[in-house]
Amino acid sequence: MNRRTFLGLMGAAGVTLGTGSVSHAASAADVKGLPDSGAVLFDATRCIGCRKCEEACNTVNELPKPQAKFDDLKVLETPRRTHADVFTVVNKYQPAGAKAPVFRKIQCNHCLEPACASACFVQAFKKNETGAVSYDASLCVGCRYCMIACSFGIPAYEYNEALTPRVRKCTFCEPRLKEGKLPGCVEACPKEALVFGKRSEIIRIARQRIMDNPDKYLDHIYGEHEMGGTAWMTISGVPFKELGMREDLGVEPAGSYTSGALSAVPVVVGMWPVLLGGIYAVSKRKDRIAEEEKQKAVTDAIARASADAEAKLSEELTKAEVANKRRIEVEVKKALEAAAQSQTSGEEE
Amino acid sequence: MTPAFNTVQELATYSKGWTYVLMGLSLMCVVGFWFFLHGRDESKDPFKNVKQHHK
Amino acid sequence: MTTHASAKNGGGSLFTPFNVICGIILLIGAGLTVLRFTGGLGAVTALDDNNPWGIWIAFDLLCGVALAAGGYTTSAACYVFGLKRYHGAVRPAILTAFLGYALVVFALHYDVGRPWRLPYPVFVQQGTTSILFEVGLCVFIYLTVLFVEFLPVALEWKGWPKTRNVLVKLTMALTILGVVLSTMHQSSLGALFLIAPTKLHPLWYSSYLPVFFFVSSMFAGMSMVIFEGSMSHRWLHHKMDSGHLDASDHVVLGFAKAASYIMFGYLSLKAFGLAMDNRWHYLLTGYGAWFLFEVLGFVALPCYLYAVGARDKNIGLIRKTSILAVLGIVLNRFNISLVAFNWQLPSADRYFPSLGEIGVSVFVVTVGLVAFKFITTRMPVFFEHPDYPDHH
Repeated sequence: MNRRTFLGLMGAAGVTLGTGSVSHAASAADVKGLPDSGAVLFDATRCIGCRKCEEACNTVNELPKPQAKFDDLKVLETPRRTHADVFTVVNKYQPAGAKAPVFRKIQCNHCLEPACASACFVQAFKKNETGAVSYDASLCVGCRYCMIACSFGIPAYEYNEALTPRVRKCTFCEPRLKEGKLPGCVEACPKEALVFGKRSEIIRIARQRIMDNPDKYLDHIYGEHEMGGTAWMTISGVPFKELGMREDLGVEPAGSYTSGALSAVPVVVGMWPVLLGGIYAVSKRKDRIAEEEKQKAVTDAIARASADAEAKLSEELTKAEVANKRRIEVEVKKALEAAAQSQTSGEEE
Repeated sequence: MTPAFNTVQELATYSKGWTYVLMGLSLMCVVGFWFFLHGRDESKDPFKNVKQHHK
Repeated sequence: MTTHASAKNGGGSLFTPFNVICGIILLIGAGLTVLRFTGGLGAVTALDDNNPWGIWIAFDLLCGVALAAGGYTTSAACYVFGLKRYHGAVRPAILTAFLGYALVVFALHYDVGRPWRLPYPVFVQQGTTSILFEVGLCVFIYLTVLFVEFLPVALEWKGWPKTRNVLVKLTMALTILGVVLSTMHQSSLGALFLIAPTKLHPLWYSSYLPVFFFVSSMFAGMSMVIFEGSMSHRWLHHKMDSGHLDASDHVVLGFAKAASYIMFGYLSLKAFGLAMDNRWHYLLTGYGAWFLFEVLGFVALPCYLYAVGARDKNIGLIRKTSILAVLGIVLNRFNISLVAFNWQLPSADRYFPSLGEIGVSVFVVTVGLVAFKFITTRMPVFFEHPDYPDHH
């Protein structure tokens, strides 16, 4: 490619880019956040483990009825997790030193910066302004990386569906939220252990309860900051660890753990062709120089050899010439002597 | 104007999306630039002088 | 003396022991395929909601990609670094890599819930924050690159010189693109696990995971080239011409030296990783012993043995060491995705592969072996096609 063509191409590219709209760089400071998105406070001191929330969830989402009925409290003896057709479960815990058991409702926490959304390679998960983290089954390929990513271990999978398996989790009853209704479980709770509102409001409520009853609650709202903050938060009278909630999750959203690796990728694209092309050019140049030196050495050797040969040849020629001359002189001398002799013998007669 | 972002996730999806586009463009441009840089060199077949084993 | 490929499999019976065993495995594989697509993943695998990834990811994807790295390392050695004596090793390595990546994609069709949607991340909606998106995009492009790099072999066999010559001119660009793409996806496979710091044991979880995966892919690929060379010399010797045979010792020695050196660097990085995150006390636990077993027995030891073999020009020792090195890569990928993953779950909730999963993995490898044998016994991989004596 010659210089004119290259410059022409660059010019065309520049014009194309320039006629696009002017945009300014966006940074983390430009992120508005969702302080008014939907949130729920779960109060572990109020839950009695009646499982009415589980029943409501099952009804609202038209899930298959489980084998054991919802009023069967023997189910609580075994800790359960969410499942393909079970979006929420209540587990019973016996904290050390506590007189009565404590209960916790488990469901998707609808994180502000969801790990599932960060991990999904088709953007099937989205944090909406309603507060719900929604899942789009029409895009899902079924890679299950979201299940790896979620530190709360919430998403479940329809392993027994052959051709249309979906990821399954609590939907925050988004259709009901849009109608101004409460999520099914919140509405069904008889002890007001669940309260729905804007996230900023819910945090205020939680802080107020803790302040008003300092002996009843631990001074921590679980989910206010964990994993970058969640919509579903918990306050409790016993350490959260005793409720099976991990206290080592940190406050960083999951996406921040992979952003470093992601940012290294463009460096490879930018610099590897330069480095590798450079190595190739250097190695080619070394080969060419080595080749040239080899050629030169061969040429020199030939030149030297022919110079040697020529020198030898002329030496031999000179020697031959000298020998020849001497032979001629000897012959001439002989002839002269013979002529002189015959002349002398002629004169004597 | 860049769209408004509710979450860092939305911002990151947008910024990294453009980065991917630029990565593809830069790979294509680097090929062109390579030919521009080496345009006047004599034709070089790197293996022109390698002896190959024949039958 | 060049040996020409025989057009058919000799004049003998189709029912050789190799063919019979492969045939049985292929039949079992067909059966498992039917089960998978009529009964779902649950009918074939032991996967559950706590363990969404099993050996199809650990072995077929992670090990498959790591061990196919011989393609980019060998072609880089030959074309970028100008080490022309590796030329004879390029085609077998490219073939191994191409088949390796093709099998990865093939195996993924079993693992993902809706395999017909595998093109979605590239063509429908891009999850650009996802490391898996980057893996998918790179593997998709790289498989194409490998295919184009391999195509001249098939075209020489079929006798299409014009197209073949055009493709060969692309070698340099494809090689560099291959190294770029390989760096990205080899490291990204490690980066996949960065998102789950609470699920991976601290001895294996590190922000250096992408670096560990990329660096180990280099000696994984080189070890596979040595190992595959041993196997091919044993079973396909009659297909190799003098050009290939003369250079093969040189390749083995060179790769042993390089692999040893890179392994040394890797061991340093491992130590730095432990130091940076202050993980030393974990070495005194059960998992610590397993970690040391993996790193010392399957990286430090082959590093030393490769060095001894290279110094003493001991081809036999190097060939044996390559088996150890390859096993080490498999162990490392298994440890990260299965053993150290979910380490805190009670043992009743831990994962162990089902027979169906093992069956499909064996089936996938067998398909690869059959394809490898078919191609190398017919096409100019271990020998030069008489019409293309320089073949570049």
